[in-house]
Order: sequence, then structure tokens, then C-alpha cells
Amino acid sequence: MTGTGTTTGAADPAIRVRGLCKAFGDNRVLDGLDLDISRGESLAVIGGSGIGKSVLIKNIVGLMRPDSGSIEIDGKETVGLAGAARDKVLARFGVLFQGAALFDSMPIWENVAFGLIHNRGMPKAEAREAAIVKLAQVGLGPAQADRYPEELSAGMQKRVGLARAIAAEPQVLFFDEPTTGLGPIMGEVINDLIVECVRGLGATALTITHDMASARKIADRIAMIHDGRIIWAGPAGDIDESGNAAVDQFIHGRTEGPIRTATRAA
Amino acid sequence: MNAVASVGRATLNFLAAAGRLTLFAGTGAMHCVRPPFHFRLIGRQMIEVGYYSLPVVGLTALFTGMVLALQSYSGFSRFNAESAVAVIVVLSITRELAPVLAGLMVAGRIGAAMAAEIGTMRVTEQIDALTALSTDPFKYLVAPRLIAGTFTLPLCVLAADVIGVFGGYLVAVNKLGFNTAAYLQSTYQYLEVLDVVSGLVKAAVFGFLIALMGCYHGYYSRGGAQGVGAATTNAVVSASVLILAFNYLITEAFFSR
Repeated sequence: MTGTGTTTGAADPAIRVRGLCKAFGDNRVLDGLDLDISRGESLAVIGGSGIGKSVLIKNIVGLMRPDSGSIEIDGKETVGLAGAARDKVLARFGVLFQGAALFDSMPIWENVAFGLIHNRGMPKAEAREAAIVKLAQVGLGPAQADRYPEELSAGMQKRVGLARAIAAEPQVLFFDEPTTGLGPIMGEVINDLIVECVRGLGATALTITHDMASARKIADRIAMIHDGRIIWAGPAGDIDESGNAAVDQFIHGRTEGPIRTATRAA
Repeated sequence: MNAVASVGRATLNFLAAAGRLTLFAGTGAMHCVRPPFHFRLIGRQMIEVGYYSLPVVGLTALFTGMVLALQSYSGFSRFNAESAVAVIVVLSITRELAPVLAGLMVAGRIGAAMAAEIGTMRVTEQIDALTALSTDPFKYLVAPRLIAGTFTLPLCVLAADVIGVFGGYLVAVNKLGFNTAAYLQSTYQYLEVLDVVSGLVKAAVFGFLIALMGCYHGYYSRGGAQGVGAATTNAVVSASVLILAFNYLITEAFFSR
């Protein structure tokens, strides 16, 4: 449990997770997970595939209901919220989904402007202008605005997803595997854009990824999830001297080590 | 012991699914009557359910009316009751065949399309994205489809009533040698408002069921392309069976005295 002390204990965290548990049948994916994210901080949660990173982000955003535990956003409990109260919390979030999750029934600009039109009641013409500004921020010209998601490459879809996530100027941004499925160069472009957008908004950011290059680039702080808990957390620069065998194994991609052993035992 | 356990598990699964479906239907229906309404989305679904289904529903009704005239003529001529053909055609079409056959055709067209579309949105996280953009998927996806199904299928069935009766008329007059005026008169004479209304009530219920099954199976689809495929099949099969079951229940409610 080396370094767990740094997982929690920030004075005024934007997001405070305590004792989060989520199981699917007999599979306990999250098992009493604690995590704090300070205001304005960019935290990356790393860990292997299928060990609950996505489940963590979905619980915090409210797309999944935890079995037990507490999730406080700006000091307010959000577990069990529904309806208008939930919408109020969500209005401050921006989420970039793994596959971008663009609405394929509408053009790019309408994807980006969706929140502005449906939540803020912005007139369409005005929302379109706003969307084009956001698209420019992620490096897409106005010529792309009327195209449909299926006509775009994976990297461009990610950019549109990012533009949609930042369109309503959220206070908290979530990035679910932002570089998965992209080549190394496009991955780097997306990383740069994410850093730019998070800094530009002064937002708190939570990224989950198994791409170490991405985590190092995006994050101020890195936390590693294993066996349903955070086993190490610390400044991104300290990750190479974590002193934690599982973290070392993960960042160096070794097949031998505590992670493999744990998988075998399970 | 294992047999008991598997019976128990199957029962629990069934009850869980029934509960989930009831909850889904209730939530969906609630969003149908509570503002705000997405009129543009409702309109688009109505065109999809109604307008684009008209050709297939019309053809179904036409041929059904034609066959009905032919069959009832060959049957009734055995005891010199050929004059009953017009009545048989109009009553069968308006009470039973137009709503049920239109329902089944639309279930194949629309139920499948809804399940595939919503299922794909589920597995590509578009439904999560909707939620994350503070838009309730029930309000945005489910309610417009339920409203469109409930209000548009009766219009389709009304058209099918007319086309079906016309099909019967075509065969009766052109092939079976009925007198035009006499055929039309006996069509009118024995038709009651309730015959048509009961068919339209059926259509409204069927339309709701088709949209409900399409949305429900799509919404809960899991596991990529295969899951969406299964959702589509389940939507069509369950909607078809429910249409036939509810057809009996509604018929009994209207006509059993």
C-alpha cells in the first residue's frame, strides 16, 4: 500500500470518492476505492484492461450507480441523485468517450452544439457559430461542420468528441481512453489538444488510460488502479520511482510481477 | 437439486425481465405526457412509422381483401349465401385483418429498425453521451417513438381499411360478377362505427407495443454487433406475439357480450 497516503487528503477536492464498490455478479470490479482530485488538477488513472477504469469513470459521471460508497463533487454527495438534480451536476461535466460516441444521425456541428441547443436553449444559428469556434479550437475547419461522423477518421472523430465535451465550458472534464485506437502521432495530437483545452478552461480533469505516454503528457498526478482499489498515487514525475512493484511492472510492460500473479490467483 | 435450481433461476430471470419491462414502459409513458416535447423528433418518427409504412401496409391490405372476397365467395356459394361476401370482407378487414396484419408488417419494419438504431447507440456509447449531455434518453429517444407508434399506426390502419375493402370490391365486381351498387350497399349497410373504432383502438395499442419492444430491446442490448442483432430479432418476435395476444384481449373486451 505504498503511497496510498497521497491518494486522499487534499484540502478541498473537486471530486472525492470514498469506499466505492461496484460488482457485476460475483466479479467485484471496484472494491472500496478511495480517490481525491483537487480543483484544477489533471489526474490520470492507469491500469490494465478490464480492471474497472471505465467503471470508475461511469460511476463518477453518474452513468452507473455504485453498489456502495460515496462520490462527492464540490463537497456535495452525488450518489443516488436523479432527474433535475443529476442534470445540474452533469451540466458541469464534459465527457470524451472512448469511441468518441458521436451521434451519427446529425452533422458534426450539431453534435458539438447539442448541449447548447438542448440544455441552454440556444437558437440553432447561434449554436452553429459557437460550434464552429469550438471546432476551430480542436483544429477542424468550418468545412467539416456539415459532414457526418461516419465520414471522418477516428482521429477526427476524437477531435469532434473533444469539441463537444468542451462546448458548454465544463468545470470537470473526463477522458475515457483518449488515445485508444489512434496511431502514435494522432495520439500525441489529441494529448496536446486535451492539455490545451483543460488549461484553457482551468478545468479539473480525470483521464483513464493504459497508455503511459498519454498519462505522462496529460496528467499532473497519476493514480494506479489494481484489484478494485488505488494502489499508488503521486505526481506524474514520480511514477518511475514509485517503489511499487505493480506500478513498475505496468509502466514497463513486464509480463512477470505482482499483476500477473494476481490474475493467475483469481 | 440442479433441476430445481434451474427452474428457480429461469423464474427469477423471467420476473426480473417482466419487472424491468414494466418499469421501462411506465417511464417511457410518463415521458410521453410530460413536457418538454421534442416535436421535430416526434414528426420524424411519425413519417418513419406512418408514411414509409404505407406501401407495404397498403399492398398487404389490398391482397388480403382480394383473397378474402375470393375465399368467402367459394365458401358461401356452397349454401347460396353469396350476398354475405361484402359483409364478411368489410367486417374482417376493419375488425381484425387490417390492424393485425398492418401491425405485424410494421413490427417487422419499424420494431426492427428501432431496436437496431437504439441498440447501436447503446453499444457505441451514444446513449451514455446523451445522458452525459444532460439529455434523458427516455425523453429524447423513447418517448418520440412511443408517441409516433401509438398515433400513427391507427392512421395506417384506416388507410388499410379502405384499401382492403377496395380489394374485395375489385375481385367481387370484376371477377365474381357482383353488381357494383348492390355490393357497395351491403358493405355500408352492415358496417357499424364500432367495427372501425375497435380496429383503430387495436392499432393504437399495437403501435405502442411495437415501439415499446423496439426501444426496450435496443436500450438493453449488450455486446456489440451480435447483441444488436439479437435485440432486433427479439424486438420483432416479442412485438408480433404481443400483437396477437393483445388482439384477443381487445377483441374480447369489445365484442364478448
